This record gives sequence, C-alpha cells and structure tokens, in this order.
Amino acid sequence: MNWLIDFFGDADHWSGPYGIPARLLEHLAFSGVAFLVAASIAVPLGMLIGHTGRGALLVVVSANAARALPTLGLLVLVVLLAGVGTALPVLIPLIVLAVPPILVNTYEGIRGVDPDLRDAAYGMGLRGRQVLFQALTPVALPLILLGLRLAAIQVVSTATIAAFVGLGGLGRFIIDGIATRTYADVIGGAVLVAGLALAVQFGFTLLQRVTVSPGVRNLR
Amino acid sequence: MKSEPLIRWDWVTRNWDNGSPSAISTLLESHMLMAFLPVLLGLLVALPLGLACVRWPRLYQPTAGLVNVTYALPSLVLFSIFLSLTGLTPATVIVPLTFFTLAVLIPAVVDGLASVPDHVRQSATAMGFRPLRRLLQVELPVAVPVVLAGTRVATVSSISLVSVGALIGQGGLGNLFIDGWQRQFYTPIIVGIVLIVVLAVLADGLLVLAQRLLTPWSRARRDAR
Repeated sequence: MNWLIDFFGDADHWSGPYGIPARLLEHLAFSGVAFLVAASIAVPLGMLIGHTGRGALLVVVSANAARALPTLGLLVLVVLLAGVGTALPVLIPLIVLAVPPILVNTYEGIRGVDPDLRDAAYGMGLRGRQVLFQALTPVALPLILLGLRLAAIQVVSTATIAAFVGLGGLGRFIIDGIATRTYADVIGGAVLVAGLALAVQFGFTLLQRVTVSPGVRNLR
Repeated sequence: MKSEPLIRWDWVTRNWDNGSPSAISTLLESHMLMAFLPVLLGLLVALPLGLACVRWPRLYQPTAGLVNVTYALPSLVLFSIFLSLTGLTPATVIVPLTFFTLAVLIPAVVDGLASVPDHVRQSATAMGFRPLRRLLQVELPVAVPVVLAGTRVATVSSISLVSVGALIGQGGLGNLFIDGWQRQFYTPIIVGIVLIVVLAVLADGLLVLAQRLLTPWSRARRDAR
C-alpha cells in the first residue's frame, strides 16, 4: 500500500515526458496501431478462409505457433535483427502475436454457423458475398469479437514487455523499477497496466452488447 | 557492423552443461519445473472447483468471472506484484502461472463433465453406481478428452510464459534472451526460442499420447466402423 502512495502520490509522476499521462498515451498509441494492423489482416483473412474452407491448416498452425512462441524471445530477436533505436521493429512482434487469436476465432465463427442457416440464405437468393456479410458475419460476430478482445489484451501485455527492448509506455515503470530496485514504480506500473487491461476487457464486453444482434444473443 | 552468424554452435556446446548456474541444461531444468508445476497445481485445484461448479451451478458465473479477470492481466504484471510477496524465488513465477492455467482448466473441467451424455449417466445409475463411484468411474473418464484438451493449451502457454519471468530474474530459458540482448548476441536467443518451442511440442505430443492411453474406447469405436 505504501508503494502505491509513493508512486501515485508523487507529483513528478503526473507530468512531463516520463509521467503517467505521457506513458499511457505512448502505450495506447503503440497498442492501437499494432491492434488495428493485426485486425485489418486477420479479420478479412479469417472470414475468407472460413467461407471458402481453403487454408484451414494455416489457421491451426498459426494458432499453435503463437501459443508456443515465447514473446520475450521474439521481441529481442526481431529488434536485434532489425536494429535498435526505432519503434518500427517493435511493432512487428506485437502484430505477429495479435494475428492468430483474431484469425482463429473469426475462422471458427464463420465455420461454425449452422449449415441450415447458410443454405437458407442461399435459398433466399443471396450470393456468396452477400451470404458472408449479411448472414454469416452477424451470427459469427460474438466469436469475432472474442478474438479481437483476446488480441487486444495480448497486445497491451506484449507492449508492456516491449519496454525491455526500449519501447516507451507503461512497461517502462516496471522494467526501470526492477533495474533500479524501486519497488514503488514496479507495483505502480503493474497496477496501471492491470487497469488498462481490465478497461480493454470491459470495453469489449460493452462493444459486444451494442453490436451483437439480439436474435443471435438468444441463440447462445 | 561486423557480420555475426545467427548461431555459433561452439557457444552452444561450451555452455550446454558447464556447471555454472547459467548453463543451458540447468536453465532447461528450472524452466521445466516452473512450467509443469503450475499445470499440476492447476489441475489439482481445477478438478474439485470444476466439480463444485457443476454440482452448484450458481458458483460457476462468479468463478468464471474471476478467472477471466486474472487471465486478462499481463503475465509481467502478476509477476511484478508477486515479486513483492515471494521475492526472488521460483514461486514468483509458479503462483501467477497457476492462476493462468486455472482460467483454462476450470472451464475445461466444467465443459468436460457437461459433455457426458445423459443416457450414459442414467445407464450408470441403473447399473447400480452410487454418485461417487459414478463420478470416478464413469463421468470423469468420459470427460477426459475435454479436460486434456484444456491441459494441452495450459501446458503450452505455461511453457512459453515462463520466459517472461526472466525480466524479474526467474525465467529459466528466458534468461538466454536477456543474455543475448545485453551482449547483442543472437545464439542464446535462438537457442532459447528453439528449446522452448521443442519443449512445447514434446509436452503437447505426450498429452496427446496420454489421451489415447486414457481413452482406449474412442479408438476401439473408430476401428469398429
């Protein structure tokens, strides 16, 4: 508790380029960019694979690889290979690790739609693309959103670890605090990241309430 | 910039088992301990808790909510918080990882028991099984595939998550990443990644094998067809 008071009570922590607001903005900017890039790759790809059934192996392999690959090792290797100093190399592992959860859940969502519903949509005269966007996607939306949520949390979490390879953001408090044995900063930083992760989780729960059709919600 | 080969095999042979605490084989051992113990502990907790959630369904919502919240927390956050409680010991990695495995294992136990068909349960009762024996000899064996599927996910992610512990000084093979980063030296990083992935694949394979041995009927039925 004293650590929390030390950390949050310190006026220096609330202003300047190394203050909490600046670090939070950095964290959000990096995570946001990585998340948007990953989503714009994985959602269309997952929908395509789910709809056509081609490339399912890619989905399974990527899911397993993402779970087994150690985040820290990937970060360190990519940044060393690409050159230290710029932010761009750090974004690569962030994106790579965010793609699989979205891809898998989008694929499973589209694939798992009741075949009767698919047939009914075709029977009503809808074409391939219309079936995908107007019938399959709304029904698959809860799973697609679950994938997006898992990816967002993964990105926030990886961005924290990325402070080790020189990325700004909230992870700085934890990494620097460990290096200098300032436990107030370690705990303060951990609480901030935890708050951010829970806010993301909560945000997606709200988004799901708003976007998922009530008819689909009752199915589950 | 000098061109550095991606992997220096002589470094690997020299550091595999040189008796120092940072020898690769020592790191591998501590890595396995910190990865497998959470799964074992997780199973020990998840089985009774899952059973309780099935017996009293009202428990499931709050339990699932709680473990989901834990699962959302970045591993480094939990490691940092436990660093102030358990200090520089393997427990600082093992306890948080146990919470992460619970987030996968509790739903797996609950779904596994829910996957037992009603007619199977009724036949067991009709054959004179009392609730406890029915649970141990009928329901749990039928639930094995779902529980083991969850165990596979928990094991593989546990193996890869241990390495994050290197940031708080307890990471098993993850220490190779820190070492390689500080010396701008690729070999330890690649050795670490490869060993972690191989360990994950082997553990996953063993669990698949375990499932085959534990559920001989699923193969017998396929052969009969």
